[in-house]
Amino acid sequence: MNFTLKIWRQKNVAAKGEIISYDVSGISPDSSFFEMLDTLNQKLIMTGGDPVAFDHDCREGICGTCSLYINGRPHGPVKGVTTCQLHMRSFADGETIHIEPWRAKAFPVIRDLIVDRSAFDKIIQAGGYVSVNTGGVPDANTIPVPKEKSEAAMDAAACIGCGACVAACSNAAAMLFIGAKVSHLALLPQGRVEAAKRVQKMVACMDELGFGNCSNTYACEADCPKGISVTNIARMNREFLGAKLFAEKEKVVRDSL
Amino acid sequence: MTRLNARIPEGPVASKWTDYKSSCKLVNPNNKRKLDIIVVGTGLAGASAAAALGELGYKVKVFCYQDSPRRAHSIAAQGGINAAKNYPNDGDSAFRLFYDTIKGGDYRAREANVYRLAQVSNQIIDLCAAQGVPFAREYGGLLANRSFGGAQVSRTFYARGQTGQQLLLGAYSALSRQIALGNVTLFNRRDVLDTVLVDGKARGIITRNLVTGEIERHAAHAVVLASGGYGNVFFLSTNAMGSNVTPAWSAYKKGAMFANPCFTQIHPTCIPVHGDTQSKLTLMSESLRNDGRIWVPRKLSDVEKLRNQSIKPSDIPEEERDYYLERRYPAFGNLVPRDVASRAAKERCDAGFGVGSTGVAVFLDFADAIKRKGHDTIEALYGNLFQMYEQIVADNPYETPMMIYPAVHYTMGGLWVDYELMTTIPGLFAIGECNFSDHGANRLGASALMQGLADGYFVLPYTIGNYLASEIHTPRFDTNASEFTLAAQGVTDRLKKMKNSGGKESVDHYHRHLGKIMWEYCGMARNDAGLTEALYQITELRQEYARGVRIPGGLDEYNPELEKACRVGDFIELGELMVRDAQQRQESCGGHFREEYQTSEGEALRNDDKFASVAAWEYNGGEGTASLHLEELQFNEIKLSQRSYK
Repeated sequence: MNFTLKIWRQKNVAAKGEIISYDVSGISPDSSFFEMLDTLNQKLIMTGGDPVAFDHDCREGICGTCSLYINGRPHGPVKGVTTCQLHMRSFADGETIHIEPWRAKAFPVIRDLIVDRSAFDKIIQAGGYVSVNTGGVPDANTIPVPKEKSEAAMDAAACIGCGACVAACSNAAAMLFIGAKVSHLALLPQGRVEAAKRVQKMVACMDELGFGNCSNTYACEADCPKGISVTNIARMNREFLGAKLFAEKEKVVRDSL
Repeated sequence: MTRLNARIPEGPVASKWTDYKSSCKLVNPNNKRKLDIIVVGTGLAGASAAAALGELGYKVKVFCYQDSPRRAHSIAAQGGINAAKNYPNDGDSAFRLFYDTIKGGDYRAREANVYRLAQVSNQIIDLCAAQGVPFAREYGGLLANRSFGGAQVSRTFYARGQTGQQLLLGAYSALSRQIALGNVTLFNRRDVLDTVLVDGKARGIITRNLVTGEIERHAAHAVVLASGGYGNVFFLSTNAMGSNVTPAWSAYKKGAMFANPCFTQIHPTCIPVHGDTQSKLTLMSESLRNDGRIWVPRKLSDVEKLRNQSIKPSDIPEEERDYYLERRYPAFGNLVPRDVASRAAKERCDAGFGVGSTGVAVFLDFADAIKRKGHDTIEALYGNLFQMYEQIVADNPYETPMMIYPAVHYTMGGLWVDYELMTTIPGLFAIGECNFSDHGANRLGASALMQGLADGYFVLPYTIGNYLASEIHTPRFDTNASEFTLAAQGVTDRLKKMKNSGGKESVDHYHRHLGKIMWEYCGMARNDAGLTEALYQITELRQEYARGVRIPGGLDEYNPELEKACRVGDFIELGELMVRDAQQRQESCGGHFREEYQTSEGEALRNDDKFASVAAWEYNGGEGTASLHLEELQFNEIKLSQRSYK
């Protein structure tokens, strides 16, 4: 198969980027998208060009390293897969493919198609955990969890932190990412103890880092490679509101003492 | 040749660890915050170690090449994690888990370490459940277990087909909490290119900032390597693209011995290779073998018809199918250990019975299971795996059998460590897949996650304290010291030399070439003549690589080709050592199958009189040379026997 690629090239965070056009030929339909880019890069290396930088690692759809905004969609045209699991048979022979990095204020471009997603790490650091230390925990079976809850928690926990939700959102909101983590822990008894504080801290961190707000377009869910549902955002909002009301109630009680 | 001392505590195997914990030296909390520890890698071992050490109050610096610690390749582990909880009441115990692991490793692992592993396995499950890891549960709300990888008890805990992901996210969350508390500092997008020794002790590392290209120096009182395995020496493997041996190899070149490098695991259930541009292989969880039946046609004429697509697999009647694992191993059938299953697939394909367009694949068929359990049950059990398969191969496994073939998956060899997980360099520890200690010559399914977390959460925090207790008077180090300057200069010189070498071919060209040599001569079956040939070819490759490789871009910018160039240079040297190790081990054991040493039925034939030992290699300065040291393995609890799965 042959393709024309229109790829965003940008030397570093300070440089001005531009779209450059490349042709690749003789690509097997069974090649993955990255194997197609590998072929382009080998060609560029051998002809004295500058290979295209892109993030990738496990190439099996689980590490969340890969990104790429392909033909106007995060992770490309196929629903439910990451870019590394996208195969060239999903494109038409001779097609022109546009490849850009994630676009969001909180995800600055490092080079070409690579962005800095450490904002996601900061959000988790703000509270995306259960505060237990190693050792000194009860036997695992002393905390029964209803199967439905545990399954719902697993659905939310399947998030790979790739950032497609932010890239898909016209407001560059991170609500699906945070909603997934808040839900995962709020659904489990282990996570309930800190649920109120967690959601407040994570949302505050999200605002600080320059992510936008949710306007319910559901674009995030549509483009999430792991099918994380927007019900997680609803659950987060409920948790957030509950935490706020609870905090106010607590303040009233405290003041009256 | 010297005999290595693993410093195993005295006493009965079941009380060694308890005794060790009650007698090892402790570090006062006031002193812990004056002690710095470097942890390299953020997979299950590294993330759990960094989190646990941070909780204890040490000042930890943690490094990863990925953009986030959550992306380390432990994330891709699918099947599960073993523990001796005996929740299903089916007769499991720490001793049985210990016994199975030693036997599964074909009696080439150290008893004391493995017993400890089995003992702490239960604590891992408790901790992970408390962290909120969403393990699979029964309707009563308690944890579910499954049998995995040939175990006769159900001791595997799992989170759908994403157990590694969920355990890693648990460790990552604990790590994130310590980062927020200021106990751990994270350095992402860093390659660790050298280990720094001061007065014979590990005191730091040299890193390259992958975004800016800056060469950085970091000092600490102890260094922990958790940098994973070296499966990418084969180019095609199920490892992540960035997985590499470089931190461990730099330690090897500074005096840490490298043990059993030839012990590699070829996993039987991977998606077959599609063509020359393939960049990596994808594993399909071993759990599929619980319900899938593996077969190839009995007649060569059917193989031919399948290949020219004149018949479909389902057209071949039952009696014309060769369920070769069930035929050869009636007791375990499709659930024989990985090494046995892989070799059996190779045997059939070599004999011409392989299926698929390349002839290098076998069927994994779910038709029976779907008939017996129903489509919905199979979907609930394996839905995500089937979906993954369909996405990659464009074939629906509910309707037509999957095609699979073995691929490189895990490396049992690694840096030699003693009972305390310390390498032969004082103050340098190695944990997880990076060390050699627990899996012998073959790793059992669901044991890698167990070992990574055991080392990081429950073993290292004790043993490193025993070392650091004598370091409380050592002040923090100045990275301007001559040892650091020298090491940093060495790294800079190496990068410059490589960058300016101006070769014709790209790094990938050499990496692919190395992979082909390793797969051909040092893969599933090895023999003396082949290994001699491999040694010759690798030496040539190493010399060619040293003469020049083409690397675009500069030193002081983001440059993935430069990163790869360092890694591949180290893989070439490691490949050579693997071949030497395979050559000296004149026996077959676990994943190491020497064709000269097999039973009349084609099974691995060990030589316990000569090779019940760990082969540890010491770098002695020259290229392509190393001295061999041995650690004799003592089996006091378990009687050595021929592994039989018939």
